This record gives sequence, structure tokens and C-alpha cells, in this order.
Amino acid sequence: MVTIILLAPLVGALICGFFWRLIGERTGQIISAGLLFLAAALSWYVFLTFDGVTQHIALLRWIESGSLSTDWGIRLDRLTAIMLVVVNTVSALVHLYSFGYMAHDENWGHDEPYRARFFAYLSFFTFAMLALITSDNLVQMFFGWEGVGVASYLLIGFYYRKPTANAAAIKAFVVNRVGDFGFALGIFGLFYLTDSIKFDDVFAATPALATTNLQFLWADWNAANLIGVLLFIGACGKSAQLFLHTWLPDAMEGPTPVSALIHAATMVTAGVFLVCRMSPLYEFAPEAKAFIVVIGASTAFFAATVGLVQNDIKRVIAYSTCSQLGYMFVAAGSGVYGAAMFHLFTHAFFKAMLFLGAGSVITAMHHEQDMRNYGGLRKKIPFTFAMMMIGTLAITGVGIPFSGEWFGTPIGFAGFLSKDAIIESAFAGGSMYAFTLLVVAACFTSFYSWRLIFMTFYGPEKGDPHAHEHAHESHLVMTIPLAVLALGAVFAGMLWFNDFFGNHETMSAFFSLKEGAAPGAGAIYYGEDNKVLELAHESPAWVSLSPFVAMLIGFAVAVQFYIRNPKLPGQLAEQQAPLYRFLLNKWYFDELYDVIFVRSAKALGTLLWKRGDGDIIDGTLNGVAMGIVPFFTRLAGRAQSGYIFTYAFAMVLGIVVLITWMSIAGGTH
Amino acid sequence: MNTLISLITFVPAVAAAVLALFLRGNDPAAQRNAKWLALFATGISFALSLLLLKGFDPANTGFQFVEDRPWIMGLHYKMGVDGISILFVMLTTFLMPITIASCWNVQTRVKDYMIAFLLLETLMLGVFTALDLVLFYLFFEAGLIPMFLIIGIWGGVNRIYASFKFFLYTFLGSVLMLVAMVAMYHAAGTTDIPTLMTYQFSHEPIVAMGMTITGGLQTLLFLAFFASFAVKMPMWPVHTWLPDAHVQAPTAGSVVLAAILLKMGGYGFLRFSMPMFPVAAHLWTPVVFWMSAIAIVYTSLVALVQSDMKKLVAYSSVAHMGYVTLGIFAMNAQGVDGAIFQMLSHGFISGAMFLCVGVIYDRMHTREIDAYGGLINRMPAYALVFMFFTMANVGLPGTSGFVGEFLTLMGAFQVNTWVAAVATSGVILSAAYGLWLYRRVVFGALVKEGLKTITDMTRRERAIFAPLIIMTLLLGVYPKVVTDIIDPSVQAMVATYAAANPPASN
Repeated sequence: MVTIILLAPLVGALICGFFWRLIGERTGQIISAGLLFLAAALSWYVFLTFDGVTQHIALLRWIESGSLSTDWGIRLDRLTAIMLVVVNTVSALVHLYSFGYMAHDENWGHDEPYRARFFAYLSFFTFAMLALITSDNLVQMFFGWEGVGVASYLLIGFYYRKPTANAAAIKAFVVNRVGDFGFALGIFGLFYLTDSIKFDDVFAATPALATTNLQFLWADWNAANLIGVLLFIGACGKSAQLFLHTWLPDAMEGPTPVSALIHAATMVTAGVFLVCRMSPLYEFAPEAKAFIVVIGASTAFFAATVGLVQNDIKRVIAYSTCSQLGYMFVAAGSGVYGAAMFHLFTHAFFKAMLFLGAGSVITAMHHEQDMRNYGGLRKKIPFTFAMMMIGTLAITGVGIPFSGEWFGTPIGFAGFLSKDAIIESAFAGGSMYAFTLLVVAACFTSFYSWRLIFMTFYGPEKGDPHAHEHAHESHLVMTIPLAVLALGAVFAGMLWFNDFFGNHETMSAFFSLKEGAAPGAGAIYYGEDNKVLELAHESPAWVSLSPFVAMLIGFAVAVQFYIRNPKLPGQLAEQQAPLYRFLLNKWYFDELYDVIFVRSAKALGTLLWKRGDGDIIDGTLNGVAMGIVPFFTRLAGRAQSGYIFTYAFAMVLGIVVLITWMSIAGGTH
Repeated sequence: MNTLISLITFVPAVAAAVLALFLRGNDPAAQRNAKWLALFATGISFALSLLLLKGFDPANTGFQFVEDRPWIMGLHYKMGVDGISILFVMLTTFLMPITIASCWNVQTRVKDYMIAFLLLETLMLGVFTALDLVLFYLFFEAGLIPMFLIIGIWGGVNRIYASFKFFLYTFLGSVLMLVAMVAMYHAAGTTDIPTLMTYQFSHEPIVAMGMTITGGLQTLLFLAFFASFAVKMPMWPVHTWLPDAHVQAPTAGSVVLAAILLKMGGYGFLRFSMPMFPVAAHLWTPVVFWMSAIAIVYTSLVALVQSDMKKLVAYSSVAHMGYVTLGIFAMNAQGVDGAIFQMLSHGFISGAMFLCVGVIYDRMHTREIDAYGGLINRMPAYALVFMFFTMANVGLPGTSGFVGEFLTLMGAFQVNTWVAAVATSGVILSAAYGLWLYRRVVFGALVKEGLKTITDMTRRERAIFAPLIIMTLLLGVYPKVVTDIIDPSVQAMVATYAAANPPASN
């Protein structure tokens, strides 16, 4: 069954991509979307009926060399099942949504086919993502890892006539490759240490890795920590964590359904998935985990600050995604993988919905993305407004504090449960740095999310009056996916809270955890001395309450700034101009990287080419040639193609010398 | 006695002789005949090589299909294949018909052009199958002559300079190799390659002129061969002939040069340097490692700033060959398997990359990147093919480019993590120059006047790319077709090498 789920999108991509000329664009689209709905339905079936026993399905042998043996294979456990649901559900809905969103596009002429290509890319992406999450070994995971990177590259650069889209696409791919560089080294290291890249073998070896040292570059490292950090560098690239995050906001150049699918719900969470998948390793790598917590918390805070001042609706949500991914990493780094997966799960619903909702707004406003030109849209597009409200309530974490103690599960929107789980975990993990930054980031999250709602749907109409006049609610194919995702944004948290995080028994059953089991026996692994989860359950009241308070503060400030006194933001920006510019320019990361990496690489390339190849190597060689064999250059100068004969002559001469020598020396033997 | 290898090797030469002796005139009909005959002969050679592959037993790590005849002056004509060489034979016979088909539109001196390629094929096949030192030398050196001619006669404006440079480099290497061969015969008393592979050349230190040469005779021989093979690879810093040669060579010449001729260096290392001089090779491994790692980063950076498409692809070739030397000198199963795999894969991918450049060069007669832009608007099929091979060149998993890079780096990591880390950074740079090239040529709006009437690939062009795409995918998805054949021989070689360098000497 999982094999069908895995291959259905590939079949869809191939049919839609290569045969749409034969069957028509529309049919191609329908086939690829239909196969995705099939995959999604099967995924839910697998998820709900999964019995907790890890299954291995080998499909085909792959790379074999010496003791290295790699299969194309499937590993089905709880982690895979969760991801299957997330990926295929969002993907199917995005396929459906794209029928409407991509129906008319001003970037293309009337007779230009582009829809089939778009759907083929979407399906191809889904296949690569499924290959990543179902993988039974690190190398196939790397295949999916890079595969989603290519799909992302193609989709970001979908409007290939736009220079900005092309630049963003390349940036995304290259920055991801920086992460892949770490990932690849991690794989090499694991193979060197454990002689295998299969998850089962690697997991079994993790206790030994904790006590092994590996000479890597300038120092001797603890093997588990080193590999943990290397793999996390890969995760940083894919999940846009601090220092490797710069590609994600630019990726918004792609069509909005792409942003929802790839850059919010699925691909960018691959890094979190990787860390959770490798939990048996990380449980023996305390320093690597601490590193993850610091990077995750810093990202959550950094991205939230930038999100405060952005004006492009998609960029606000992009920074929000970046920030939320930071939350997930903090949970994983603290050792509460269940909470990380939980937030990954709920975030997929509400963030995909926010993006698709933004797409609906953008469609209504004739591809205007600047929120300063919105305003008062709640009456024009009430359904989209309602959906965006649900998304905002979910992401800001609205719920009833302490309701868990009365009802068995807390009552609230999805983000309320999962985000609080993370903040409690961060506190229990003992990192005050992470805890503080996450609470502050929660306040910022609330502010920028409400800011988005107020600027878009409230206040007077701004910008082009013509666009406002013609603003209308989107077609059914676009609103249905919103409604389905809204269900997830409201209920996903409450339904699965106990399975992922809340209740110890249900959680153990959900992830197939057993007391004292070996690493890799369950879907995730909690070390013997990992008590963070228990501590998180017993968090002090003020800890559990703090994100809620932070959310209220953010909301109050947003109301003050954008409803009650709309002049305030401008005044504040003027007053704090340097800070404002610093945030607006995203902490100047792009400018910095441009100087440090892009320009210097080009300068170095030119230097090596002109000076290195040109002056030094060719110069020396010519010098040598002129010095040692002057007769030779004269020869070459004499006849235009004389050197060929010289060469032939030299070769014959060589053979003669060789044979002569052999006949003389041969006699001596 | 088995004559299959001789048949495969000399069918093209016979066709060349037929063309030279019997084909008269330069009218279109004669040209067409020349091309068809060449295609036919290379096709026959390929078909015969399939028989070779079918009869080959991978489990036997010795030489197979051996043909040994007395020859002039007490020499032996000895040919054969083992797990290391057979796939190079296959690569050559597979690519030659494609190469011939790619120069279907050549107008000048078609007959001579075909003769040059046919002779080249015979000589290249000879290099991969010769089992006698003298015979190998003959093929190895003579193989360059047709290539000189192809560049020198059918090349671009600066063809004389380019082929001169090519000549200068290879000449210096060859002289040293010749001297080494004499010394080898002197020491071992035979020119039989299989015997030499098991002969243990002395590695007692030699003291000469107050200097001690560690590794003794082996070091001297190793360095002499190294000079020749390093130029052929080409390794940094003796690579500068390659970009010039590529830029001036006609498309088909570039394809053969990149896809097959460069592999002679890597094959030479595997056939001579590693098995015959293991102690010296081990001594020099750190040097070669660093040369490879520098090559990857250095040439990738240089590729980034090229404005000539062919030069860019040529520099990228040098970088990819860096992985090959890295893998060979790692001398573990992954490294050597990866190196061979990378050479085969590079044969398909770089050949296709040069063909991609050729497709638009044929239409616009310029290789300047700036002269293009927005081709996707008029050439969707071309855009797709070019994208595919760009991604393969970048080493995307699922294409053959990944397997070779991955295995060689994995092999290198086990020996030296610094080198592996530096070399792995090449995957970032290759993505940068590859995608940037693609963006400037294919993406964007079509604004340049000259490009507004450009036409998409013809049926012939598509047919040329199809087998290359199939091979790149097949090797990427199911690399066992290669590793099953090479792995036993490689493991045997690695074991012998390890025995010659016991851990205590490390």
C-alpha cells in the first residue's frame, strides 16, 4: 500500500509532464490531482490503522560497493505515517486549489500551456518528498532531500521570464546545497563508523558512537555529537534555520500554492523530520542537541522580529514559517521529539491554510501582495476572511489555559496545544535562553499575525480603488481546500494531543515506545535518562501560562497599532529609524552574504583564472618549454602543422629506443 | 584463440582504410557514404562489444578474452579485458556511433573527418585492451595524433595554439613514461602487463647525490607514469591545455575528448600506478589527494566566472576528474568503484553537455553565454534536455553523476577527512556555476533579436540525446549494472594494494 502511495505521484508527474500534449492539459491536471487524492486517502488509512510494528519493504537494490549496500526501500513506522498524512493531505488540497489559482495567469499568454507543467512539478515534488520520508536508509533520504530541492528550484523559478524568480530559485538550491554538504559529510562519517547507512544498523550502533571518537578536520570529536551536528547542518539548510535561512523569504517568488505546499507545510519541515528520525543518535549527543536548541530558539526569535515589519503578505507568512520551524527544533533539541512532530503536524494545517488564504486574497486583489494596498477586505471576501481568522487563532495559540486538567485534553486551536507543548519542553529542557526567546517570539507571532489580519481585512480601503472594486471571493476549488485545512487547524491539536505529547501511555503506544527498548525499536527514542518529557508535563503554572499572556500582549499591541491608532506604526518607525531599517532589511544577512560569499567567490574565480591558470601555470610552462626544448618551438614554428609530424616522429623514435633497449637488455636476462 | 577483442578494436580501422582507399570525390553523395560507413562500422563495433559484455564473467578477476600472438621483433600482441577495463571498452563503443551521428552536418573534408574518428576509436580501444607495455605505449601515444588533427583541421580560430599546447603537455609526460617503461623492462625482464602487475618492483630507498629517495625505484617509476597520466586526466595544475583544446575543438571532438580520452589517465592509474607501484602510490597519496581537492575547488571557482560556455563545461570536467583521482587514491572499495563509476558517468554527462553546447552553437555560431538568454521560450525540448544534464552534472541523486561523486567522497572520507570536506564543498560550487549557466542561457525573456527565429532540436538531435539520457538515468537508479561488473576486480585490486602496504608501514 505504501508503495502505491509512494509511486502514485510519480506516475502522475510523468503522465502530466510528458503526455499532456496527447491527453490534453486539463486531463493531465485531473490525473495528477486524482492520483494525489488517492495517495492522500490511502495515507489516512495507513495512519489510522497503523499497528505500531515497523515494516520494511525493499523495492530495488541501489548503490552497492564493497561493504556499502543501499536499497530503494520503504520504512513504515509512526513517523513515516505521520508524514505521509501531512504531505499527501496538503499536496492533494494544493493540487485542487491550483485548478483555480493557476487557471488564469498574467505571466503567460492566452495560448501558452503552463498548467500541466505546474501540476507535473507539484506531483514530482510530492514523490521526492515521499521518497524522503519513507526512506529506510540515509542515502535514499538524501535522494529525496535533493529531489525536493530540485522541485523547489523548478517551482520557485516557475515564472522563468522573471529575473527575480530565477535568482530566488538558484539561491534556494545553492543555499540548500550548503546544508547538503553537511548532510553528506554526516553520512560519510556514519558509514565510516558503523559500516552501514541503513537506519536499523545505525540506530543499533548509536550507544557505541557515544563513546567513540572521530578525527575530523582539526580535532578529535565525540562521534555522536559530531555526526549530530553535521546532519543538523543539513537540516538547517532545508528548514531555513539561522544562517541558512536566506533562501526561504525569496522563495516566495514562486506561485502561492507552491509556498503553501513546499515552503510551509512539507519540505521545510524535512529538517525537523530528520532530527526526529535520528532521535536514537541525538539521544547520545547532548552537545549536538544543545546546539540545535540554541539555533532553533535564535531562529524563532530572529524570524519573528523580521516578520514584525514586512509589508508583503507572503513574506510575513514566510518569516512566520521560519520562526515556527525554530520552535520545532527547540522541541527536538530539548529531547521531546513528540512535541516537535506535533507542532510539525498542526503547523502544516494552519500554515498551509494561511498561505492558501493569502493566495485567495492575492487573487481577489489582482496579484497585489503589498498589504499597504489592502484594507477593509473582510466584507468583500468574507469566507477567506473567516478562514484567515481561524488560521491566525491557531498560529497565535488561542485556547483555554489549564483546560487540560478538566477535560483530559486542553481545549484550543491546534497551535495552542502544540506551541505550549514546545515552550514547556524548552523550559523543562533547562535552557532559559530558549524558553525566554520562544515566549518573546510568541508575543511577536501574535503581533505580526494580527497585524496581517488588521491591515488586510480592517480599516479603510487603500491602494488601487479599481482592484478593491473588483475584489471577489474565490472559486469553490480554492475555498474547499481552505475549509478542509481549517478543520485541521481547529481540531488537529485537540484530537492528537495525547498521542504526540500529552499522555504517557497513549504516547508510548502511538510511537511504539517500550521501557528499556533498544534505540531504533520504536519510531522515536527517548534515552534512559531523558526526563524532559516528564518534567514538561509538570511545568509550573506560570510557565504554561506565559505563552498565553505573550499572545494577549501581542494582540493588544496590534489592536492599538492598527485599529485604534493607525498612525502609531509610522511614528514609531521614524522614531526608531535604525532599528526599523535593520528589521526591514532582515538584519542585513543578504547584503553580508553577498559580500562574503558571492562576490568573493567570483573575485577568487577570476583571480585563479587570470593569475593562476594564465600567468603562473601557463607562464611557467611556456618558460620551461622555451628553456629546455628551444629546438622544439623552432620546429613547431617552421611548419604550420609540423608538430604533429614531430610528435609522430618522437613516438616512433621512442618505440625504436624501447625495442633497441629491450633487445640489448633482454639478452642479459 | 579468442579474436573478439581484436575484431571490436579494428573494425573501425578497417572502415577507415576502406574510406581512405576506395572513396573518391567530395560530392554530397560521397560525403553521405562516408558518414554512413562510419556509423555502420562504429555500430558493428558496439554490437560486437555487447557480445564481449555478455560473455564476461565478473567473478573472475583475472583477464578474459585474452589474445596473445607473437609479433615483430620478439614482441607480443596481447589483448584482453578485466573488470577494470571492460566498461571503458563499452563506453567507447557506445559513444562513438553517437559522436558520428552528432557531426552529420559537417561539410568540410567529411571523409578525412570520419577517418580521423574511426582511427581514434581503434586507438582508444587499443589503450583499454592492450596487455603489453609496448602495445599500450603505441596505442596511448598514437591516439593523440587523430585528436591533434581533429582540433588542428576542423577546430576554431585559435586551433593551432590549442593543439600546440595540448601537444606540449602530453609530450613532456610521454617522454618520462617511455623512460619508465625502459626501466621497467630492465628490472622485470618482460613487457607483459599481467606479469608486471604481480611483479614487485623494489622499494628500497635509493641514495643518489646525497639525497635519499624513499620508495626507491617504485617512486621513480610512479612519478614518471604520474607525469603522463596526470596530464591526461587532467589534474591540477597541468590542466590548462584542456579548456583551450575544448574551446577550439569541433563539437564531436570535444565529446570524444571529454567522454573518452580523459579516461585514459584514470585507467592508466588503475592499470599501472596502483597495482605495479603500490608502495610509492601510498607514499604519494597525500599529495595526490590535495591536488584533487584543490582541483575541485579551484576549477569550480574558475568555471563560475567563465563567459564562454565550452570553457565553463571544460573547467567543470576538470573538477569532476578531481573526484576520480580522489577515489582512485583512496584505494578502498567505495573510492575505486566510485572513481570508475564517475569516469563512465562523466562520459555520458560531459559528452551530453558538450552536445548541448553544440546544438546552439550550430544555430548561432557563438559560444558566448551573453549572446543567449530565454531559449526556453522557443526551444522547450532543448531546455528540458539541457536541464536534465545540468542536474546530472551537478550530481543530483537519481542520475549517474551522484553515484560517482558520492562513492568517491565516501571513500576519501575514510582516508582523510580534511580532503573529503574540501572536496565535498565542490557540490556547492557545481550547483552555483551549473545553474547560473543554465539561467543565463535558457531562462529569462527572449529579447535578443538573433534568437527570435531559433528552432528547437531536430529529430536527429533528439535521437542523439536519447541514449545518453537513458544511460544517465539507468546508472543513477540502478548502478548495479556497473558495480556488479567492476566490484570483484576492484576488491581484488584493493586487497593486493593493502597487502603491499601493511598497516605497520602507515
